[in-house]
Amino acid sequence: MVQRRRLLDFLPHLILMLGVAIVAFPVYVAFIASTWDAATISNGSMPLRPGPHFAENYYRTIFIGTSSSTREPVGTMMLNSLIMALTIAIGKIAISLISAFAVVYFRFPFRMTAFWIIFVTLMLPVEVRIFPTYKIVADLNLLDTFAGLTIPLIASATATLLFRQFFMTVPDELVEASKIDGAGPMKFFFDTLLPLSITSVAAMFVIQFIYGWNQYLWPLLITTKDNMQTIVIAIKKMIVTQDALTEWQLAMATAILAMLPPVFVVVVMQRLFVKGLVETEK
Amino acid sequence: MSEVRLQSVRKVYPGGVEAVKGVSLEIADGQFCVLVGPSGCGKSTLLRMVAGLETISGGTCSIGDRIVNEVEPADRDIAMVFQNYALYPHMSVYDNMAYGLRNRGTPKDEIDRRVREAARILEVEPFLERKPRALSGGQRQRVAMGRAIVRKPKVFLFDEPLSNLDAKLRIQMRVEIKKLQRALATTSIYVTHDQLEAMTLADQLVVMNKGQVEQAGAPITLYERPMTIFVAGFIGAPPMNLLDMPATGLPGLSLATPVSGPVTLGVRPEHLELSAENGALAIDLTVTAVEAVGAESYIYGALGGQGPEIIVRIPGRDLPAIGASLRAIARSENLHFFSRETGIRLN
Ligand SMILES: Nc1ncnc2c1ncn2[C@@H]1O[C@H](COP(=O)(O)OP(=O)(O)OP(=O)(O)O)[C@@H](O)[C@H]1O
Ligand SMILES: [Mg+2]
Repeated sequence: MVQRRRLLDFLPHLILMLGVAIVAFPVYVAFIASTWDAATISNGSMPLRPGPHFAENYYRTIFIGTSSSTREPVGTMMLNSLIMALTIAIGKIAISLISAFAVVYFRFPFRMTAFWIIFVTLMLPVEVRIFPTYKIVADLNLLDTFAGLTIPLIASATATLLFRQFFMTVPDELVEASKIDGAGPMKFFFDTLLPLSITSVAAMFVIQFIYGWNQYLWPLLITTKDNMQTIVIAIKKMIVTQDALTEWQLAMATAILAMLPPVFVVVVMQRLFVKGLVETEK
Repeated sequence: MSEVRLQSVRKVYPGGVEAVKGVSLEIADGQFCVLVGPSGCGKSTLLRMVAGLETISGGTCSIGDRIVNEVEPADRDIAMVFQNYALYPHMSVYDNMAYGLRNRGTPKDEIDRRVREAARILEVEPFLERKPRALSGGQRQRVAMGRAIVRKPKVFLFDEPLSNLDAKLRIQMRVEIKKLQRALATTSIYVTHDQLEAMTLADQLVVMNKGQVEQAGAPITLYERPMTIFVAGFIGAPPMNLLDMPATGLPGLSLATPVSGPVTLGVRPEHLELSAENGALAIDLTVTAVEAVGAESYIYGALGGQGPEIIVRIPGRDLPAIGASLRAIARSENLHFFSRETGIRLN
């Protein structure tokens, strides 16, 4: 019995560890590759241990860039990506909070129509509406600007729905108590609703930051100048068709760098998640 | 002066439910008014209209000498205690109590003075820095009361504030609410469906049924002279015995002065006594069940052997055997007669 119990305990762990290994191994290889020189990588005999060029490769990646394809230092691109991801995440959260607030707490004509219109945009991600959206952005002279890069991605039905669901679980009595306590709608929003939503906001921030960070198609269309490039596009551009011309060690370093901010956000926000789960405030 | 006056107040919810059908009520300055009635009779709706949380569909509601139909809840100078307390979960006890004052721009030291005073009265001083979730139900209840009293409003509104507490705490808080209300002399409206709460707290007891006031008055008046069958059956535990009497009379029941026409006769279990003699009312019953609850006992019997059930309350624990035949009598001042058609008191 005990033996079998132990086996049953062990099996899921084994499967999970295998899964982790499968996911982590390519990342490890990428990291190793970013510490060797181009020659070692391209002749196919790269060892699976860190090489001697770590500092040199990362310095070149961040501050100088590749010699051919992208030209800009990756530092600039990371900054671009960061601005884009943060603007999208914060913008989405702000807009969704306000629209969910309106839909849940105010009785205005065509309230449900407004809600359904928001709902329907779930079916219209950027990829679907890319031509009209591009045309609008181009007509507004927003190509190669952060506004053009982020604003079309900010409206979010997902976050609006999530916040709506959350707001509906907030007891009506809290609204009523606020009314009696002399708090107007916006005061209720900032003093009560927002502090209560903080864990949902954190969850949304993680999801939307990664969504923004990983944007590929839209930045590819909107940005033409080198200094407006995002890091995700840069990785692709660094890998040139003729294998020999690709500076693999720099491409790999860029890939590793591109992974860091999302990982950082997840790790930092996870604390808040767990906190929110343990102390259910309501 | 802060009397509350309701004149033919109506509430029709969107969708057509008429929850309150023309209620007129006067609650004098400093009076403790308790609304009771079965579930769904419109008590909460009426209270929430006074609070301004529901719009008033018809009639007028005034607080003091001001008609408040169109006044925002915050400007009505009322405070409300909710059944689930509705404390702000993310604020400390102190902030919960101070919030309403801050929103009104009360000076900081005045807020501090009032919050500490309320905390002292309600004995929540040790918890001022805690969040509501770290408090017991009874402590939360006190904080909710504190949030109401720091504002020194004209009217307190309570919607079943004690129903989430256990029986013992409920009695304790009931006494404290009464003491507090006496001390502050603030006009109060209190909704409950607990009879005992209603009887003990009320200066004015209002029995509601189906969106209307059945009877309003001092609790003892409602007990002694219920004006309708509904009030007769609602006030008192165990409930009043109500017997539908055809003109021909009921077997096993004899009245000293016979009544004419179809009436409903009511007599409270505590007003029946076991005796072999004749009274204004004498009923013969066969014991079907007995209950001893300590200082008193209840005898359940069938009138005339197989008629409707009668409850008799007797002192002590001297219980008759099941199946025994008994005679119970009552004095004429303890008999209530109601019209069977309209339900209205006749005598
Ligand atoms: N928002 C609403 N829309 C429609 N009908 C409602 C609404 N709120 C309450 N009602 C109806 O109005 C009637 C009175 O409700 P109310 O809440 O005042 O009852 P109550 O006397 O407080 O009952 P309880 O003792 O169960 O709390 C009920 O029939 C209820 O179904
Ligand atoms: Mg109610």
